Amino acid sequence: MSGGRILGIYAVLYLIFLYAPIVLLPIFAFNDATIIAFPLSGFSTRWFEALWGNAALGDAVGNSLFIAAMTAILSTLLGICAARAGAMADFPGKSGILGFVMLPLVLPEIIIAVSLLIVLRQVLDMQLSNWTVIAAHTLLCTPFSIAILNGAFQNLDPSIEEGAMDLGESRWGAFCSVVLPLVMPGIVSSLLIAFTISLDEFIIAFFLTGSNPTMPVYIWGLLRFPQQLPVVMALGTILVALSIVLLAIAEFYRRRGLARAGLKDSGGFL
Amino acid sequence: MTALIQLRGINKYFGDYHALRDIDLEIKQGEFFSLLGPSGCGKTTLLRTIAGFEDPSAGTLSIDGRPMAGVPANKRPTNMVFQSYAIFPHLTVAENVGFGLRRDPRSKAEKAGAVKDALEMVGLGGYGARSAHALSGGQRQRVALARALILKPKVLLLDEPLSALDRKMRELMQVELMKLQRQVGITFILVTHDQEEALVMSDRVAVMFDGQIRQMDDPEAIYTRPRSREVAAFIGKMNFLPGTLHSSGEGVEADVAGLGRAMIPPDRVTPGLGSGPAVIGLRPESLAVLFEGETTTRRTVEGTVDEVVYYGDMTYYDVRIAGVDEPLNIAMKNLVGRDVLEVGTATRVAWDERSLVPLAP
Ligand SMILES: Nc1ncnc2c1ncn2[C@@H]1O[C@H](COP(=O)(O)OP(=O)(O)O)[C@@H](O)[C@H]1O
Ligand SMILES: [Mg+2]
Repeated sequence: MSGGRILGIYAVLYLIFLYAPIVLLPIFAFNDATIIAFPLSGFSTRWFEALWGNAALGDAVGNSLFIAAMTAILSTLLGICAARAGAMADFPGKSGILGFVMLPLVLPEIIIAVSLLIVLRQVLDMQLSNWTVIAAHTLLCTPFSIAILNGAFQNLDPSIEEGAMDLGESRWGAFCSVVLPLVMPGIVSSLLIAFTISLDEFIIAFFLTGSNPTMPVYIWGLLRFPQQLPVVMALGTILVALSIVLLAIAEFYRRRGLARAGLKDSGGFL
Repeated sequence: MTALIQLRGINKYFGDYHALRDIDLEIKQGEFFSLLGPSGCGKTTLLRTIAGFEDPSAGTLSIDGRPMAGVPANKRPTNMVFQSYAIFPHLTVAENVGFGLRRDPRSKAEKAGAVKDALEMVGLGGYGARSAHALSGGQRQRVALARALILKPKVLLLDEPLSALDRKMRELMQVELMKLQRQVGITFILVTHDQEEALVMSDRVAVMFDGQIRQMDDPEAIYTRPRSREVAAFIGKMNFLPGTLHSSGEGVEADVAGLGRAMIPPDRVTPGLGSGPAVIGLRPESLAVLFEGETTTRRTVEGTVDEVVYYGDMTYYDVRIAGVDEPLNIAMKNLVGRDVLEVGTATRVAWDERSLVPLAP
């Protein structure tokens, strides 16, 4: 057997392993039975209808959307600052600082969650709320935003900004008139990715939500009731669809950014 | 008349690195001035200092009599054509060219007219609606020029504007740039590492090495009367022979290895160079090989052809003469009916005192 065939079989097996569980989600979400098992018993949308009528779930989704939106905005703003500083001329300790900023990317989430809980409750004595989750999610998402925006800023010819200043713009004017439009695809991509990460993040949210759970935390709560499992499947189906759409849009914008800057795709983040 | 641009004692440090050393410079209104030097010698840094993108560590800069300390780039009467052209890829050609007019109080129609004129001036009439990121190198360069010139700056700064173009395009643009400069009457400061480009285009050339200006002169003086061995070697080809100078009441006499004694013409005497050991430079085209039966009134020395490089219009000969290690490089025009000498041929090399460029050892 040739090396290419082995590689092909490996790739197919890998993809099945990766996506088969996800494919099960919509299958059982539309299955007209409480029990999650084959054979299927018929098509039904009643689990989606059950979702619709659930007020507690509605609140959880609302919380999650709010947290995800705020997280996306905050981490993208922080990412813009960091990426811009990184793309500018060297300053003392630049690589060290940038390294530290990227650290949350590899820290186990459970450690972030526990230490944040201790800091917020024991040290600062704050009430847990949506804002504590937003703060923690921003911490988690900022490295992703930086990674995406770094690409956008570093692809930018530094003399473009100076060119705008040379033609009469102030530093801020040059940033708004040429830098921002050129890194906009990166910004959109960062917003979408941070939004997606925050939306389905569980561990940190589980530790840091107050009385009002986020959607993943609410779903986890549902799992104790077996008859609710198909509802969870329905919700999962919607989430998967939403995530795919958001990530596709993010990737589209990232590629468009590269095309605009006239560059070849060098792998990228996704 | 006072100079349009004055630099006094400009120094620039990047950390410990001394990038510009004691630059004194005066450039007149309407002059085409070139900064010429090898890569890394500080040309771009000097240009960026004039543009306002670098603050000098010491020294003063004034443009049109106005001190520029504390004046940011966007408030200076200079515009720059960047080495990468810095075209804004998200805008059209016309939007690029009109970019600097955004704060201009003129009406929209007037500005559109100015953009159109500027595009026509650089030969891009009708390209206004095109997207800027789809342009070729030469077209980008023209857009960068139009974009800067439309603002009628007192000084146009050009950082290696032709280095990204292929040879044909470069020669074409050299001529166009010279025409354009005469047409608009704006002072141009051109940065280049290409000596030919500097000599062809400029009224005056400053040759830079290691952050210092080593010589500032018109192109002819730079070429025929270089003041140092470094400048002589950087500008064109030059043979160097060891020698001694004797300064006396009658003038300066050189004793050149392999050639003998000769008086240096008074206008060729390098200022500040007294008696003692020296290096004598000879341009390849100031020497000639003599062909079979040819006679000359110039002085001659016996030699043997060591190497022949044929260029079509020219032939370069390396000729060995007694008493010198390195062969002499000699450039000969290929006249009709004249053969190219073969390697090993015994010949004579013609020279005279006007061939000699005395330099510090
Ligand atoms: N922002 C900077 N920081 C540190 N060193 C610099 C900076 N800009 C230029 N240099 C250094 O200064 C020297 C001169 O650079 P430059 O003016 O670009 O040279 P040139 O244009 O003649 O090739 C180079 O050695 C370069 O590395
Ligand atoms: Mg340079």
